[in-house]
Amino acid sequence: MAPRGRGGGRAGPRGRRVVPRRAVPVSPRRRREPEFISYYGRPILNEPVWAATDIAGYFFLGGMAGASSLLAAGAELTDRPALARASKVGALGAISLSLVALVHDLGRPARFLNMLRVFKPTSPMSVGVWVLGAYAPAAGIAAASDLTGIARPAGRAAAAGAAALGPVVASYTSVLMCNTAIPAWHEGYREMPFVFVASAASAAAGLALVAVPCDQAGPARTLAVAGAVGELAASHRLTSRLGLVADTYDTGRAGTLIKAAKVMTAAGAVLGATAGRRTRPASMVAGAALLAASACTRFGIFAAGVASARDPKYVVAPQRERRASATPAA
Amino acid sequence: MSDFTLPVHHDGADPARDTGYVDPPPRMGFFTDTSICIGCKACEVACKEWNEVPEDGLEWTGMSFDNTQGLSADSWRHVAFIEQPAVAEDGKDFRWLMASDVCKHCTHAACLDVCPTGALFRTEFGTVVVQDDVCNGCGYCVPACPYGVVAIRESDGGAHKCTLCYDRLEVGQEPACAKACPTDSIQFGELETLRARAGERVEALHAAGVEEAQLYGHDPEDGVGGDGAFFLLLDEPEVYGLPPDPVVTTRDLASMWRHAGAAAGALVLVVGASFLGGRSR
Amino acid sequence: MTGPVRGWPVLRQALGRDRTARGAAAKSAATSRLQPRTTTADRVVKSICPYCAVGCGQDVYVKDDKVVQIEGDPDSPVSRGRLCPKGSASLQLTTGAAREHHVLYRRPHGTDWEALDLDTAMDMIADRVLSARREGWQWTVEGKDVRRTMGLATLGGATLDNEENYLIKKLMTALGVIQVENQARVCHSSTVAALGTSFGRGGATTFPRDLTNSDCIVIQGSNMAEAHPVAFQWVTEAKARGATIIHVDPRFSRTTALADFHVPTRAGTDIAFLGGIINHVLTEGRHFREYVEAYTNAAAIIDEDFQDTEDLDGLFSGFQPETHSYDYTSWQYDGALVQAASGERDSDPAASQRRESVTSSGHGESHGSGGHDVPDPKTDPTLQDPRCVWQILKRHYARYTPEMVERTCGVPQPLFRRVCDAVCDNSGRDRTTAFVYAVGWTQHTAGVQYIRAASILQLLLGNIGRPGGGIMAMRGHASIQGSSDIPTLYDLLPGYLPMPHAHEHEDLDTYVQADEARKGFWGNMGSYTVSLLKAWFGDAATRDNDFCFGLLPRLTGGHSTYDTVIEQLEGRCKGYMLLGENPAVGSANVRLQRQGMANLDWLVVRDFSLIESATWWKDGPEVESGELRTEDNATEVFFLPAASHTEKSGTFTNTQRLLQWHHAAVEPAGDARSDLWFMYHLGRRIREKLAGSNDPIDEPVLALTWDYPTHGPLAEPSAEAILAEINGYDGDGRPISSYTQLANDGSTSCGCWIYAGVYADGVNQAARRKPVGEQDWIAPEWGWAWPANRRILYNRASADPDGAPWSARKALLRWDEEEGTWTGPDVPDFEADKRPDYRPAEDAVGPAAIAGDEPFIMQADGRGWLYVPAGLTDGPLPAHYEAQDSPVQNPLYGQQRNPVRKTYPRKGNRYHPSGDEPGAGVFPYIITTYRLTEHFTAGGMSRWTPYLAELQPEMFCEVSPELAGERDLVHGDWATVITARGAVEARVLVTQRMRPLEIGGPPARTIHTIGMPWHWGPNGYSRGDAMNELTAISLDPNVHIQEDKALTADIRPGRRPRGAERRELVDDYIRRAGIDDQTGSRP
Ligand SMILES: Nc1nc2c(c(=O)[nH]1)N[C@H]1C(S)=C(S)[C@@H](COP(=O)(O)OP(=O)(O)OC[C@H]3O[C@@H](n4cnc5c(=O)[nH]c(N)nc54)[C@H](O)[C@@H]3O)O[C@H]1N2
Ligand SMILES: Nc1nc2c(c(=O)[nH]1)N[C@H]1C(S)=C(S)[C@@H](COP(=O)(O)OP(=O)(O)OC[C@H]3O[C@@H](n4cnc5c(=O)[nH]c(N)nc54)[C@H](O)[C@@H]3O)O[C@H]1N2
Ligand code: SF4
Ligand code: SF4
Ligand code: SF4
Ligand code: SF4
Ligand code: SF4
Ligand SMILES: [Mo]
Repeated sequence: MAPRGRGGGRAGPRGRRVVPRRAVPVSPRRRREPEFISYYGRPILNEPVWAATDIAGYFFLGGMAGASSLLAAGAELTDRPALARASKVGALGAISLSLVALVHDLGRPARFLNMLRVFKPTSPMSVGVWVLGAYAPAAGIAAASDLTGIARPAGRAAAAGAAALGPVVASYTSVLMCNTAIPAWHEGYREMPFVFVASAASAAAGLALVAVPCDQAGPARTLAVAGAVGELAASHRLTSRLGLVADTYDTGRAGTLIKAAKVMTAAGAVLGATAGRRTRPASMVAGAALLAASACTRFGIFAAGVASARDPKYVVAPQRERRASATPAA
Repeated sequence: MSDFTLPVHHDGADPARDTGYVDPPPRMGFFTDTSICIGCKACEVACKEWNEVPEDGLEWTGMSFDNTQGLSADSWRHVAFIEQPAVAEDGKDFRWLMASDVCKHCTHAACLDVCPTGALFRTEFGTVVVQDDVCNGCGYCVPACPYGVVAIRESDGGAHKCTLCYDRLEVGQEPACAKACPTDSIQFGELETLRARAGERVEALHAAGVEEAQLYGHDPEDGVGGDGAFFLLLDEPEVYGLPPDPVVTTRDLASMWRHAGAAAGALVLVVGASFLGGRSR
Repeated sequence: MTGPVRGWPVLRQALGRDRTARGAAAKSAATSRLQPRTTTADRVVKSICPYCAVGCGQDVYVKDDKVVQIEGDPDSPVSRGRLCPKGSASLQLTTGAAREHHVLYRRPHGTDWEALDLDTAMDMIADRVLSARREGWQWTVEGKDVRRTMGLATLGGATLDNEENYLIKKLMTALGVIQVENQARVCHSSTVAALGTSFGRGGATTFPRDLTNSDCIVIQGSNMAEAHPVAFQWVTEAKARGATIIHVDPRFSRTTALADFHVPTRAGTDIAFLGGIINHVLTEGRHFREYVEAYTNAAAIIDEDFQDTEDLDGLFSGFQPETHSYDYTSWQYDGALVQAASGERDSDPAASQRRESVTSSGHGESHGSGGHDVPDPKTDPTLQDPRCVWQILKRHYARYTPEMVERTCGVPQPLFRRVCDAVCDNSGRDRTTAFVYAVGWTQHTAGVQYIRAASILQLLLGNIGRPGGGIMAMRGHASIQGSSDIPTLYDLLPGYLPMPHAHEHEDLDTYVQADEARKGFWGNMGSYTVSLLKAWFGDAATRDNDFCFGLLPRLTGGHSTYDTVIEQLEGRCKGYMLLGENPAVGSANVRLQRQGMANLDWLVVRDFSLIESATWWKDGPEVESGELRTEDNATEVFFLPAASHTEKSGTFTNTQRLLQWHHAAVEPAGDARSDLWFMYHLGRRIREKLAGSNDPIDEPVLALTWDYPTHGPLAEPSAEAILAEINGYDGDGRPISSYTQLANDGSTSCGCWIYAGVYADGVNQAARRKPVGEQDWIAPEWGWAWPANRRILYNRASADPDGAPWSARKALLRWDEEEGTWTGPDVPDFEADKRPDYRPAEDAVGPAAIAGDEPFIMQADGRGWLYVPAGLTDGPLPAHYEAQDSPVQNPLYGQQRNPVRKTYPRKGNRYHPSGDEPGAGVFPYIITTYRLTEHFTAGGMSRWTPYLAELQPEMFCEVSPELAGERDLVHGDWATVITARGAVEARVLVTQRMRPLEIGGPPARTIHTIGMPWHWGPNGYSRGDAMNELTAISLDPNVHIQEDKALTADIRPGRRPRGAERRELVDDYIRRAGIDDQTGSRP
């Protein structure tokens, strides 16, 4: 007998036990509620099968790594060895963990290497894996050389390479995520890279604030502020442009996470820029807040995506509108 | 809608040729005429028998006669049942719509575009198929599909969906579901021919007073460049659980990369700027 | 580049044309190697779907002696390669894990199964058959010879091959076992009697593909899209060509969804509805006048003593209240009484007890191929005589007005008028309307008369024998038509020859004389009987010993499957063999069925899986309720795994009377064996055990021809040899090619005369498979249809009396004067060279007595019968009666129920008060029962099959939102449905597809219907309560089919009580309704 149990990829709870004909009115929550029809309230899209810890974690860690490599390069150029080392090691640690998360999330982890079968320009994941294939060794060599003192020139070259790839690593994940049919993600593809790099910057800065003495952490503090401002601005732009789907960022689990992220981002940046200048503990608290904020941002965005896939209205209503506004030329 | 910004999307006239096949056979597809579907689910069963798809669990849903609930890794055909009271007076004051859904084999298939391993690939027939020996279960295809079709099977971790019976097509056989369909609601054939036939069928239905008959997914100008498996519906797509205006996500990919590039640049600038103010000591 | 690197798709991508790696470059090694198992198979074996009577063609793919794929055979003109979900699940059915492959044995009082080897099991069964036979043996009953045993019974046959049924009937009859029954009883027995008496043959008058020629199709009493999905393709095709499709049904089903309009009716009122259309036709003069005058018995004059329901408030003349039966002598054609052989065909006018026996045995089925004998009637061609059929018909249906239809059926008058118009506008010279029905009509206490009503209408409209016309009976199982033709039925011998009744001095001649018609092909009944006896008893059958006629057991009344249950409960029937039937789920009142089985000494169950009928002693509902303790139960049970259709060869006869051969693809595994094997080897063992016996009770068994060739490692008997025996041989031992060759002198043999020709020229005609694309729409070279490969019966009627088609549009046959023959795409259902102007000589008999313009060649007067002067037990014309249990008082007559229906008032089979009777309100709702596309009958072939089970995973009931509101039923929750027989639980599906009906007053009221699919039972993969816990045994008097399409019940929210409380709930209802043994059992 065939195995029992539900197949994977089934989104959401079971359908409502109603037989809707036309629009099912939904009580107004925040924005105007759309008139929409669905099939027993069942989702149209399949929600991501990714585990949040793996994939949101992967986004967070990747972002932190990418931005840290940049920070490390700056530190090296400006002769801030502690900042450089912490960032290099942080980048290596983060990217390693993120790879673990990525592999862990595969349905068939043993087949990870199939990622290298092809190079697919249309697949941000493929592009990302090839980029990581160059970046991770570079980050590794950079960190190892820094820690051991062996092969310094190569280490410097590697650090430069990692720094060059770092922004790509920090930003491609936004493309990976937006390049889906998930309304909360796809519709935000213009702002999402900015949210992602800003969040990456906060994370890298946060790491530095935690790990680096105050005197070398000046650029990190600046970065933290810039990151925070950038992130808040970008997210605001994102949600204000999304229309109905923005609900998913404001409500539920995603809403909670994102609110927490905003508070912690702001708090971390302010604390870092003020008390963090002077005392290490304050700096560490600020850094931790920034790290947590960045993580919350990623998990929040992830949750918003899931929520937008789960409720068919986020698919039907915007598409209906689009169809209605399309010139009936044909 | 057809000006795709990445060169990866051609005009969609011949997806097989666009993906490297020399002299491919004509593009094959499905025209599912839901106006003659009797909701028998033969398509579901025939598909499972042929493709050895596992049974999908015993759950009674109360969603009319639909206990399959949707397409999934373990259901590659899904017959929707929609009960609709009261539109016309003449005895037919009630409609029971039935429609068999399946992977659309999109001209511009997001699942295939995003697959990092090449497990999903375009066949010479223009269809979209998962290669089980390659798929590593990354799950990227799942949220990419604008129709919610492809999914991961829990038991084996791989992605699964309709193959349009690629193995059968290669030897000139009709897909199992279409072959079984008692009323020919599922029609298999060369896409061109099917599109023409579908047009005639809609006209005939309109002439017979079935004004609500409409085609779905037949238009090469739509957001996915037209479906390889398209439908004749008797109501709006969302009534059947279909998205009203799906778009292949990779249509915006170039723009996404541009935005990401800008963001990356901004990151470089911001990090750089953080170091302004010289060396610290 | 080395191998692995060269195989690296990135390189292909870089160097080839597929730069984005989304096509050719990404193709994997496994994909390149892909080969479908349809091409790698070693062989493809031609087969037929084992589920329903549509008979779809299957291709069975075999690799390494394993079946690897089963799909539709595109060559089949029946199915054109298509299969419904059940047919599509055949691979899982036959190769799935649910099949048992070993013999299981439960010793008396045993608490579990034990292993037993097949050989021992066969030997034990042979012993038990012999001892039960002896224990139940009767030489005489009330002084009349019966030479039979009541000690054992068999049940099942509709899923089996004709050859298997043939062996069962042959062996059992020789053993003296008369209680041989199959699904045909509970399924379509009423079809045989109704169509048989109306037209001369008890099968569908046409075939599904012919529906594409229809201008209007009325589907009523059938859920065709769900129960016969692949045949429904012809309806969708007709619709696409512009035909009007009407569905008259209590529910809005998947059939309705595709119809042009739905006519919701109250279950159990179709005679009123059809009577209303008949009235419309008669009053508005919409009949096809020339057709009616030429081809029906409209002009016949009826006996002056005849009184109609008009005169007697719902009774016909001759009612005998003491015996709940009619003396139907007054129903005859005028003057018939003077003739000796008149009246009851199997009766000597002097002996009225004889009639009683025949009446109670449901003789109507013996008109399956050959009408009742009647003299040529006196006629009034002007149709003016008040005693002529035409005038009687007009009077009889005058009260079936649109208002009355509305009051009875709940159909609003405008909607009813629409049906009348559609049917009338689409009938006549140029157009034809077809009726499609199935068990929505057959399973009523007046089931035969439902179908009769449609027969009358179709004759009036001139729709019989013409393309796109006809009455399409959609039959049930793969070979249920076959198991009626070669009947594993107690009252029939093969070819609808009646089983002999116990009369004094009954010999072959009196048997034949009593039944044979003077005129028409039934006039040769003697030849058919003698040839059958020759096939069975071979050289032992001689003219001198009456061809062994005396060795046949005799009936003394009803011995149907329901009578057998009573015999079991009474302890007289001690052995039971279930050969592919599941009465613990499928038969009416399953509790009684199980109690009967619990009273057996031994039970043999042959099936694929452990169906409920095999395990009731262990886990049945009575075990749960504490009424049966496994340790206390003494029934010995043998479970023998059956071979599937892919594992044996043989013929199925489908719903269009088409015999189709299916070839064995593989050997059955383990102990699984074909039923052919079982019967043959059982018979062989029994004959070995009896060898040398001089005991006269053993004589028939030893005289039997039983020397079939066997083959293969399992010693499988040759099905082809048996088919050849069924077909028959001429005096020189050559296969005959037509029943016209049969003689009554013992020179010919034929196991089933209506199948004569299936092995013509020594060729298995049923195995013919000329592809659909290479033949015309009739497809005569695919399989073989009885009679004589004709596809549209009575097709002589497609031409006018002079032999020209009624219209070019509806042409089928025409008389070709030059060639001197009838021509057309179909085989003429007429003597091919009989001129239209042929007139028989005064003294002509048999076929020669049929005139050149009398299309109904099996009828004793060559005509279609609007009025049935003889052959039915409950009336010459259909009259509306309420169902056994009905919430409504009969609006048409004072007579509430069919006065001669069969009831079994006893504990466990209580009936409900009806209509105005006190207590009727306790069961206020109507239940109707039906099928789902995804399941099959009692579930043995679907509930164990995961791909089907998952599609409809639970027992449910359907109710309207109004009823849900009235009884607080919640969609998705549970409800308990209760009758005086039982209580079951089901999930609630609230749907507007269920429609409350407004029954016109006075007093006007709303009638609610509960819809219940009946496929579930407590075993298998998908489980649930069996709906038939609720049904009662109440039967049509002609054929003993149960009424399970219209009954009453109560419904309440929540699950049913468990354990003993379940019975208490039922008893409480019985008390509240004041039910006793009198309730509902008076005429
Ligand atoms: N899928 C599937 N197919 C099957 C079977 C199966 O179990 N499943 N079984 C096979 C067998 S054995 C048989 S006999 C056939 C039966 O085939 P059908 O007779 O078509 O099957 P049912 O669904 O039992 O009943 C037909 C319809 O009769 C309606 N009905 C009930 N009472 C009345 C009434 O009083 N008047 C009218 N007009 N309609 C009424 C029911 O609502 C139902 O829609 O199907 C065969 N095919
Ligand atoms: N309430 C209600 N009750 C009904 C009906 C209804 O409409 N309503 N319909 C009635 C009708 S029409 C029918 S036909 C009956 C059907 O009722 P059943 O005949 O009792 O039901 P099935 O499940 O078809 O039982 C046939 C069994 O034969 C087995 N089988 C299949 N092939 C073979 C074979 O080759 N050899 C052997 N030995 N076994 C085999 C199957 O596994 C199955 O268990 O139910 C009747 N009961
Ligand atoms: S429908 Fe979805 S799974 Fe199918 S081809 Fe299109 S994108 Fe891929
Ligand atoms: S899950 Fe498999 S098919 Fe889907 S994108 Fe990943 S590798 Fe490709
Ligand atoms: S084409 Fe083949 S794989 Fe696709 S749904 Fe039909 S049977 Fe299944
Ligand atoms: S097989 Fe055909 S008719 Fe049956 S459910 Fe599928 S599409 Fe509809
Ligand atoms: S169950 Fe009946 S309709 Fe379905 S495939 Fe088998 S024979 Fe055909
Ligand atoms: Mo049946």
